[in-house]
Amino acid sequence: MSKNVAELKFEGGWEYAPAPETTPVPLKSKYELFINGKFVAPKNGKHFRSVNPATGRQLTRIAKAEQADVNAAVRSARRAYEKVWGPMSGAERGKYLFRIARIIQEKARELAILESMDGGKPIKESRDVDLPLVAAHFFYYAGWADKLDYAFPGKSPQPVGVAGQVIPWNFPLLMAAWKIAPALACGNTVVLKPAETTSVTAMHLAEIFEEAQLPPGVVNIVTGAGEIGAAVVEHPDVGKVAFTGSTGVGKSIAAAVAGTEKKLTLELGGKAANIVFEDAPIEQAVEGVINGIFFNQGHVCCAGSRLLLQESIHDEFVSRLERRIETLRVGDPLDKNTDIGAINSKEQLGRINQLIGAGLNEGAELHASSCELPGEGFWCRPSFFTGVSASHRIAREEIFGPVLSVMTFRTPAEAVARANDTCYGLSAGIWTDKGSRIFKMADQLRAGVIWGNTFNKFDPTSPFGGYKESGFGREGGVQGLLPYVRL
Amino acid sequence: MSFALKFPVPRVDQIGVEERAAKFTKRSIKNEAKTQGLKMAVAMMDLTTLEGADSKGKVIHLCRKARQPMLAKYDCPPCAAVCVYPNQVAHAVKELEGSGIPVASVATGFPSGQYPLKLRLADVKDAVNSGAAEIDMVISRGTFLEGGLAEVFDEIAAVKKACGKAHLKVIFETGELQTYDNVRLVSQLAIEAGADFIKTSTGKVSPAATLPVTLVMVETVRDHYLATGKKIGVKPAGGIRTAKQALQYLVMVKETVGNDWLTPDLFRFGASSLLGDVELQLAKLVDGNYQSADYFSNG
Repeated sequence: MSKNVAELKFEGGWEYAPAPETTPVPLKSKYELFINGKFVAPKNGKHFRSVNPATGRQLTRIAKAEQADVNAAVRSARRAYEKVWGPMSGAERGKYLFRIARIIQEKARELAILESMDGGKPIKESRDVDLPLVAAHFFYYAGWADKLDYAFPGKSPQPVGVAGQVIPWNFPLLMAAWKIAPALACGNTVVLKPAETTSVTAMHLAEIFEEAQLPPGVVNIVTGAGEIGAAVVEHPDVGKVAFTGSTGVGKSIAAAVAGTEKKLTLELGGKAANIVFEDAPIEQAVEGVINGIFFNQGHVCCAGSRLLLQESIHDEFVSRLERRIETLRVGDPLDKNTDIGAINSKEQLGRINQLIGAGLNEGAELHASSCELPGEGFWCRPSFFTGVSASHRIAREEIFGPVLSVMTFRTPAEAVARANDTCYGLSAGIWTDKGSRIFKMADQLRAGVIWGNTFNKFDPTSPFGGYKESGFGREGGVQGLLPYVRL
Repeated sequence: MSFALKFPVPRVDQIGVEERAAKFTKRSIKNEAKTQGLKMAVAMMDLTTLEGADSKGKVIHLCRKARQPMLAKYDCPPCAAVCVYPNQVAHAVKELEGSGIPVASVATGFPSGQYPLKLRLADVKDAVNSGAAEIDMVISRGTFLEGGLAEVFDEIAAVKKACGKAHLKVIFETGELQTYDNVRLVSQLAIEAGADFIKTSTGKVSPAATLPVTLVMVETVRDHYLATGKKIGVKPAGGIRTAKQALQYLVMVKETVGNDWLTPDLFRFGASSLLGDVELQLAKLVDGNYQSADYFSNG
């Protein structure tokens, strides 16, 4: 490999003017619970602050539910299940779902802005990725509602009852869609608990349910911290539990559900390997690696957070990555030119920084973008570590931030062994010009989703889920119906 | 492949490169950035007329447009060059005297290149002798596609020699080469054979310039610069008709190869109708409202 004799200049010159999203949004100063088709204050009357991570200041206040509210929500869901939604024909249920999908499309821009304000993700992503996928998910499962007999030929699929669903803060609306759409299509009713730091768009989704005249109680939304999620999961009248979030919480949910008749799916953490061979289309591989780790600030459970490079291309690839991170634009999530937004919360930033510290302490070399960070709010420079060994914490623990760990391999067999050397198994990426190698390796990688010459591609028709401590059960596709039916 | 280039030619993934190119179109270029970008686009424009019907009068008209594209109040810079057929070079050179605007001439049996090499070289020398400061040659696509890389290399080198002091732009006609792998290969080949600029298209074949094709070329130029320190220019030509498209190309150049390439010395647009839309947009930024196309002089 030849050494670079020149460098590129990216700073200064032609600068983009600020391009903030200016569409007005109906943000409220206070959000209540959504139970039995109504927005109701929590029984204790309490609310908690929801913070805009790009400023660190309060965005709005969210109802702080307690056990009694969860009981009311489950009761209302149960009633709706028995009286209305369960007995309704699939074709009728489908009509509601199609209607919801259409309203989401109509309100996509305002929802995208709210999502970016509340969660810190760049408007480019919430507008072009999250919201289109949210609508697509409802459209997709709307189509299944009257065709369940064909999804399970020879069986007679029956709904489970009340689904208790607890979702994370990285894709608030999208995770709500992933959970709610298949549940409703199969005839279940829902009690949803959004993440504490990102409840706003779920409540706007509730308004959409209202506008679509979804019968009261079919979807109920309770907001609050982890203990409210636990209350939903543990409620005896909940027949199906779906959780997306950390492996630690997933384990405690599995323990809580053990010994009950509840069906359970868990979609947990990941430490995905992105494997790049020397014959890969290198420029596109760089883009794929960048997208794999920096998409949504790295707050992605299937993020390609371990980069495995064939030894012969290590130095060249690293210098390409170094140049590329300099052109990532970090800043105001509402600016249309922002590539990387704010870290979701102060707590998460703390965890990321702690792991960066661990990487440095254990002797890895940090390469960070030289970009300036805003003065307030929660931010992390896009960065990567080289000189990472497989036993380093940054090679084993999920960082869930814009930090990549780079390692090397020599042969395909070694690449597979290193990729599988983790307690997780959610996704993996393979970059090579050789198609046969992709198929061969995909068989050997212990991960639920394998991308070939691309990364972080999602589609409602494609099942998603993990191996090992990344969880079990599949969401999306025809497989995503299975957790919501009894056969 | 028996023909060895000095530098590696990495593979290109079609889906990946098209996806990357599409991302540049998502940049929002507003206000000062837009004004600056549009003026840059004009200053990088090879204002072109390549018609059988071109006459002295038409060429003179075009040259005047290149010198002063808009009313003075819009503070619009002159174009980078005027690009014509060899027969029109002398008229353009005379008209542009003292303006500092060079005349570019297509040559080597443009647009097909299907002529004997000695005629193509004579074509180049004739254009240079008539005063062309830049030569836009076409490669033999048939030869390239049948694997005659050495032949294409030699023909570019020969044309470069025939150019003398004139700058050489090498047109690939990427619409005929079709694959991005071919574009990457021919880009590296042309650079090593002596091209000063690499150019997408003649404008006579569809598709002409596209953002992903130009991206592959810009990436080649970037990698060559990083390896050798030598700066090669890129010229997308044909099919770029709107100001918005021009800004997307500039965004792509800026974010791929950096600010050094945001200069007419290293990036050009080959266009005949682009200027009209850029004028419309520039006037809007100054006047605050769009005006009818009737208010702008045509090329």
